[in-house]
Amino acid sequence: MSAVTTTTDSDRPRPSSSEGTGPGEAGPERSGPAVVALRGAVATVGGRPVLRGVDLTVRPGEVVALLGANGSGKSTTVKSVIGSVPLDRGDLELFGRPHRRFRDWHRIGYVPQRTTAAAGVPATVREVVSTGRLPQHGLLPFRRKDRAAVDRALTSVGMLDRAGDGVAHLSGGQHQRVLIARALVGVPDLLIMDEPMAGVDVDSQQVLADILRSEVERGCAVLLVLHELGPLEPLIDRAVVLRDGCVAHDGPPPRNVGQHALPGHDHVHPHADDHHRTPQGLLA
Amino acid sequence: MIEMFQPDFMQRAFLAAVLVGVTAPSIGIYLVQRRQALMGDGIGHVALTGVGLGFLFQANPMWTAVLVCVLGAVVMELVRARGNQRGDIALAMLFYGGMAGGKLLVSMSSQSGAGSLESYLWGSILFVSPGDLAVIGLLAAVVLAVTIGLRRQLFAVCQDEEFARVTGLPVRVINLLLAVMAAVTVTVAMRVVGLLLVSALMVVPVAAAQQLTRSFAATQATAIGVGVVTALLGVGTSYQADLPSGPTIVFLAILTFALFSAIAAPLARRRHRASVEHGPAVCDVALTGGGANPTREPGTAEGVGTVLETTEPARTPAGTAVDKPLSGESLSSRGLAQ
Repeated sequence: MSAVTTTTDSDRPRPSSSEGTGPGEAGPERSGPAVVALRGAVATVGGRPVLRGVDLTVRPGEVVALLGANGSGKSTTVKSVIGSVPLDRGDLELFGRPHRRFRDWHRIGYVPQRTTAAAGVPATVREVVSTGRLPQHGLLPFRRKDRAAVDRALTSVGMLDRAGDGVAHLSGGQHQRVLIARALVGVPDLLIMDEPMAGVDVDSQQVLADILRSEVERGCAVLLVLHELGPLEPLIDRAVVLRDGCVAHDGPPPRNVGQHALPGHDHVHPHADDHHRTPQGLLA
Repeated sequence: MIEMFQPDFMQRAFLAAVLVGVTAPSIGIYLVQRRQALMGDGIGHVALTGVGLGFLFQANPMWTAVLVCVLGAVVMELVRARGNQRGDIALAMLFYGGMAGGKLLVSMSSQSGAGSLESYLWGSILFVSPGDLAVIGLLAAVVLAVTIGLRRQLFAVCQDEEFARVTGLPVRVINLLLAVMAAVTVTVAMRVVGLLLVSALMVVPVAAAQQLTRSFAATQATAIGVGVVTALLGVGTSYQADLPSGPTIVFLAILTFALFSAIAAPLARRRHRASVEHGPAVCDVALTGGGANPTREPGTAEGVGTVLETTEPARTPAGTAVDKPLSGESLSSRGLAQ
């Protein structure tokens, strides 16, 4: 079943942002300063050098995938872009402003790597997604238009009917969609996602790819950390491959970085199907 | 019964109990949310040094305790934020140093009486002076203004610190603010609950509330309700039975937790039933049998009864008569689900 969905996906017409189309086609969306400009980034985590001079540029409306093996510095690169890992050396500009003077955080939507560690107090889907609206309302009360924005974001990920449910009881794919809704609620110009497909079953991966496609069509730039290209492959304009904290490749998505990067390859989790079959068997 | 509301000291004690019952859970919920439930306990230990300083310099121990607590809480927050491997050793030094220093200072001071220190450790309704009540009221107002006014910011930081930073929140400032408010709350609660049990009133009402709730807002409201009711009942019982107020309040709070835990299972079952009626919207993939669930059951309920015993979601609303004897079994199936 999953193989079929993947095939149909790669047969679909590619959106305007794919590599085949010229930069001129996207129009003014593509002009202006780079959304992310990281130059010569050097960073250490726990005393160990993780980034050793990484250059990374994301232009407006562009979809860039960060690829590489575990420990190659993908996540650290993203964390240095959002400022939670400080740079030892190098420059970072966001939307044309030096990181230190950047204040337009509402233009960035961040989707962290999903962790299974839940907070100590229950919280509903709506409450979690609402935190993404903080840059808009700040110290002012949460108003009707903020609530409407949360509804829109939940609708776009197909989770509006779960708004009142606790986040702790969601599946991996649903939880990921909530985190994406939280990032989308501020209508960002740059979406940063760390391993959005990790631990997400095949069907939800397709849902995530569709969400991402509509964001890209809206003109949102995307910086993705990926372990494998998977169903997102047709969306990706450019891939930056990291190896040992250095950029090993910067250009069109690689076709041949191991089995995982093969087009059409997908992690088929056998239990994804079993999971749905078990209750039926019991009740039959 | 009525006569216990007559004496002035009892009126002050009840008023203080309400203030403590409101403030302690409303700050405690954020500590529980980011799994720092025992931070209040640490601050309580450090506060003892503040009380000792107050005894030594013959100042109001409330104020010296506030100062020392805030200082201790800020140090704890800085240690936590650095994520240092040896952080817990540093915290241990702080806690035990605070405890030992407090006792030493009290022993050195001339006006020390064993009973007086005891009242700070375990709480005492007899010792809430009008001056204390004024301080408690003022500090409680500050804590509530912050925990209610900044609840969205505090929630965001405690839920996901990294994400909060990307929304542009001054995460470091908010964390320090939270630590300072926790310190102030310890001082607020110190008179009524006692330093050794201060943390319990921050944590236990929250733990009790979240047995029943699934939203943060509802948990906060319920926890405050539990806090106020147990604090009032505790002070009343303390007067009637001549018991120290702190342990009485905390014991009542733990009883509430046990009660809520007991009714949580049937409540969750009812909710689950309600959500099953919504149909297959809960699934990513349309189940072939999902929508048909409610219709299938009446016919086959008898036949598949034995199979269904372990599958909670499939249970039909069969009425209270059937529900009652199942409560024990539902607990076990709940355990299986987890």
